[in-house]
Amino acid sequence: MAISSLSEAIAAPPRKQVIRRLKERFIESLLFLCAFSCVAVTIAIMVILGTESIGLFKTVSVWEFFTGTEWAPLFEPAKYGILPLVCGTLTTSAIALFVAIPIGTTIALFLSEFASQKVRVWVKPILEILAGVPTVVYGYFALLFVTPLLQLLFPDLPGFNMLAAGLVMGIMIVPQISSMSEDAMRSVPDELREGSYAAGATKLQTAWNVVFPAAFSGVSSSYILGISRAVGETMIVSIAAGLQAKISFNPMDSAATMTAYIVQVSLGDLPHASIGYQTIFAVGFLLVSMTLIFNTIGHWLKRHYREQY
Amino acid sequence: MINIDSTVSQAPPKVEVSNLNFYYGDKQAIKNVNLVLPKNKITALIGPSGCGKTTLLRCFNRMHDLYDGNRYEGEIVLDGQVNILSRRIDPIEVRMRVGMVFQRPNPFPKSIFENVAYGLRVRGEKNKSFIADKVEEALKASALWDEVNDRLKDMAFTLSGGQQQRLCIARALATDPELILFDEPTSALDPIATRNIEDLMDGLKKQVTILIVTHSMQQAARLSDYTAFMYLGEMLECDRTEVIFKQAAQLRTRDYVSGQFG
Repeated sequence: MAISSLSEAIAAPPRKQVIRRLKERFIESLLFLCAFSCVAVTIAIMVILGTESIGLFKTVSVWEFFTGTEWAPLFEPAKYGILPLVCGTLTTSAIALFVAIPIGTTIALFLSEFASQKVRVWVKPILEILAGVPTVVYGYFALLFVTPLLQLLFPDLPGFNMLAAGLVMGIMIVPQISSMSEDAMRSVPDELREGSYAAGATKLQTAWNVVFPAAFSGVSSSYILGISRAVGETMIVSIAAGLQAKISFNPMDSAATMTAYIVQVSLGDLPHASIGYQTIFAVGFLLVSMTLIFNTIGHWLKRHYREQY
Repeated sequence: MINIDSTVSQAPPKVEVSNLNFYYGDKQAIKNVNLVLPKNKITALIGPSGCGKTTLLRCFNRMHDLYDGNRYEGEIVLDGQVNILSRRIDPIEVRMRVGMVFQRPNPFPKSIFENVAYGLRVRGEKNKSFIADKVEEALKASALWDEVNDRLKDMAFTLSGGQQQRLCIARALATDPELILFDEPTSALDPIATRNIEDLMDGLKKQVTILIVTHSMQQAARLSDYTAFMYLGEMLECDRTEVIFKQAAQLRTRDYVSGQFG
């Protein structure tokens, strides 16, 4: 009796089988749609940014857009050279990374290799708070606290400047770099550390000569993602770096970044399909492409060098 | 029941362990061990899993200092002069004289050359030609030179498992240690690579004293001059290898080497 019911269950009636299979199929497609929606949105953003900026390139040549040294699309005569904005973005990002990479890496090495469990339990949540501060708060912090402080050192520093914005942006990125790098360092197997100690190395020598290079894929991808975060950061630079587009690599200058320009223009009421309206799409397109490239490099680095120990 | 046979002390002692106790926190893992490692000989530590072989081995280069809550009692005396367990002795100084090869090959994410040069570099050695000579010497002693001399700049990961383990031996040799600790060095290797490493170790004892932990009784019998049998954190017996394998004094040792338990 038992045997026959078992074999019946295995050879379930075809109708039951079909229903079960359909149910599985349905749930699978639902899950696929959820996952695909993210991809679809990304593609849609790129397509819209692309098509909207084509309008601009009907009036402005691509060559002028990428090589022009003046950006003044809303004035007469209008100038459409993106370089000043790119320059502002690169300068503020460079300052930010100059702060974030050394500090973030040091914190990661400290937490992963030197700190006791007790210290780690205290420091990590504090870093997470730092990561959770809204960027608008960072922006006002740069404008109303860091800039006046820097003016004590450099009396000629203008109220809007890339230095304060870059420094504060760096502090904002520190938790991201330190937390990703620490994860990478902690996943280095203890066998490697012990090998180094057994060869007579000190803690510092082991951290620097063995753990850091072993974790480098993760650490470098944290740097790249930090760069893309800096390039895309908007609030801090809009508030503290100024809105004047100009080619200057001097941190003491004020300058607009790509993101700051987009904010400035989209807050005004520009008529649809006007050339000013199209410029923000073109700038946005370039910005997204830049961060996309950095993110891709970051993920590639992480995948490519993973698990080599 | 500690049996240090008179034959053991015929070769001059390199290391003398006396009344060694070791604790992981409150748990005692090594109980009153006494042992002599004769100079330029291979001593094997055998015993069932969890008997404390590896724990004992790691006392010889103070590896337990890396983790909190570990505690040693007793003495491990090198050359009749220094007790390396003394609090006054810096564990790094100990590790400069005592090399170690691990269970699984653990090359650093560096080139083949830099892996071998590592010990010299952390000692602050700057002389390039001296380092190059030492690296070549160590790679020759570990029978790896012929296979890698044309690609010293390649990453160590590009080597096979057996080659990586020989690289780790070269890394330990480059700093001229007096004692090398092997923690089941062939357990992750195939029989041919195992054979290579065993041949190698046999040649090495001209230069260094060797202490090896092994799970394989055949390996202990083939390779070692002296064998120490551990059981539940105690050293039950230590003698010349043929004595341990043919006419051990203790019943438990006889049972273990004949495969009655393990």
